[in-house]
Amino acid sequence: MAQEIEFNLNGEQITCAVEPPTLLVDLLRDRFGLAGIHVACETSRCGSCVIHIDGRSVKSCIILAVEVDGCSVMTIEGLADGERLHPLQTAFGDCGGRQCGFCTPGMVMSALDLLQHNRDPDESEIREWMEGNICHCMGYHNIVGAVQAAASELQADTEV
Amino acid sequence: MHAFEYQHAETIEGAAEFLTQDNKAQLLAGGMTLLPALKSSLVAPTALIDLKGLIELKGACVDGDALVIGALTTHVEVAESEVINSAIPALTRLAANIGDAQVRNRGTLGGSLASNDPSADYPAAVLGLEAVIRTNRRDIPAAEFFTGKFETALQTDEIILAVRFPIPEQAAYVKFPNPASHFAIVGVMVVRDARGPRIAVTGASACVFRARELEDALRTDFNEHALDGLKFHREDLIDDLYATAEYRAHLVMAMARRAVAMASTRG
Ligand SMILES: Cc1cc2nc3c(=O)[nH]c(=O)nc-3n(C[C@H](O)[C@H](O)[C@H](O)COP(=O)(O)OP(=O)(O)OC[C@H]3O[C@@H](n4cnc5c(N)ncnc54)[C@H](O)[C@@H]3O)c2cc1C
Repeated sequence: MAQEIEFNLNGEQITCAVEPPTLLVDLLRDRFGLAGIHVACETSRCGSCVIHIDGRSVKSCIILAVEVDGCSVMTIEGLADGERLHPLQTAFGDCGGRQCGFCTPGMVMSALDLLQHNRDPDESEIREWMEGNICHCMGYHNIVGAVQAAASELQADTEV
Repeated sequence: MHAFEYQHAETIEGAAEFLTQDNKAQLLAGGMTLLPALKSSLVAPTALIDLKGLIELKGACVDGDALVIGALTTHVEVAESEVINSAIPALTRLAANIGDAQVRNRGTLGGSLASNDPSADYPAAVLGLEAVIRTNRRDIPAAEFFTGKFETALQTDEIILAVRFPIPEQAAYVKFPNPASHFAIVGVMVVRDARGPRIAVTGASACVFRARELEDALRTDFNEHALDGLKFHREDLIDDLYATAEYRAHLVMAMARRAVAMASTRG
């Protein structure tokens, strides 16, 4: 039987009815059209579907939609400030960290969680943190570079 | 996925009552084991009772000579806890190396113990530290809790509330992780306290176990070199595509040596 849930989605308060077996990734993509959340492995291994719940990165393919009742959800679509991209989004473009682009939203959301808890991660901390995100282009080098560039940019921002 | 009901648990008693009424209902904590199992139809519960709202099951505190961690405490909360890190640093390090950041943000101590995955990390720490698992009904000593592959002493309507870890003099956990999932191909917990040295091994067999012959070698000399020349033997070591039984036996010794060295230097 469908259940009513209420949650904040990218800054907007949402009320909707969902069947308990509905996966969060399916609700967000199919009902709210948030196609920036990508679906690849569907087994929690690849990280393409990473979003934030209450400020922490999670894999939306192994979370039920009903579990976010009362929570705050942010997807890649909620990251930019209007037309202004988040420094992580800009850095992925500038550093060639996007490649084919498929893993990018998950990578960005995962890196955002890292930078929110560690302002100045070194390369090995970034690589360890990004373990849960797979890039099928195998282009990890530029992705790590993009996260480092974004970290510097964010630090410069807060110092001004 | 098949149809099931979903409920937020309001109280521990309420959740237990629901499980007593319906023995096909199941508890949901972080969902990091249960959701993959549901998606691949390995389980088919009639209802899920979500424990996440029960904040009294979260957090850690030192109580006398023990560290008590709530069942609903996530791996990231354990990894970042000052209280845990000053009492038993081996636990913070263990939690920080479970799976990946997203799994650590959701997965919980209680869920990991209730699952008793043969390759999970926490069972080694719980058995090695001789922790006690507190449920809504009783206290279960670690030695009686892990009963077999994916099996525990828990009844269908029993809920883990917290785990009580006696604070050791020295302890360390070292694993050889599966490079894809980070589950332990072999993980070894080494503990030293007034009762002597203890070694618990996960990943090597269908269920976590104590390596008593290695403990004996450490009894007079708690030093990695006390293990030199020893070979590990056990009939039922896992032999799969990740590692042969022979290689796992070798890894038990290698991880044990590293853990003893780490416990001796870091405490
Ligand atoms: C990609 C990936 C990588 C992983 N890597 C590792 C790793 O390296 N090492 C490792 O140890 N683990 C690893 N895990 C497993 C993860 O740590 C476990 O999924 C997690 O700890 C289980 O906790 P949970 O809160 O998610 O439990 P859930 O999935 O919610 O529940 C699991 C089971 O426990 C029961 N349960 C939950 N809470 C309680 C309670 N309080 N009392 C009684 N029963 C309860 C549930 O009914 C269910 O049967 C990995 C998982 C994934 C998806």
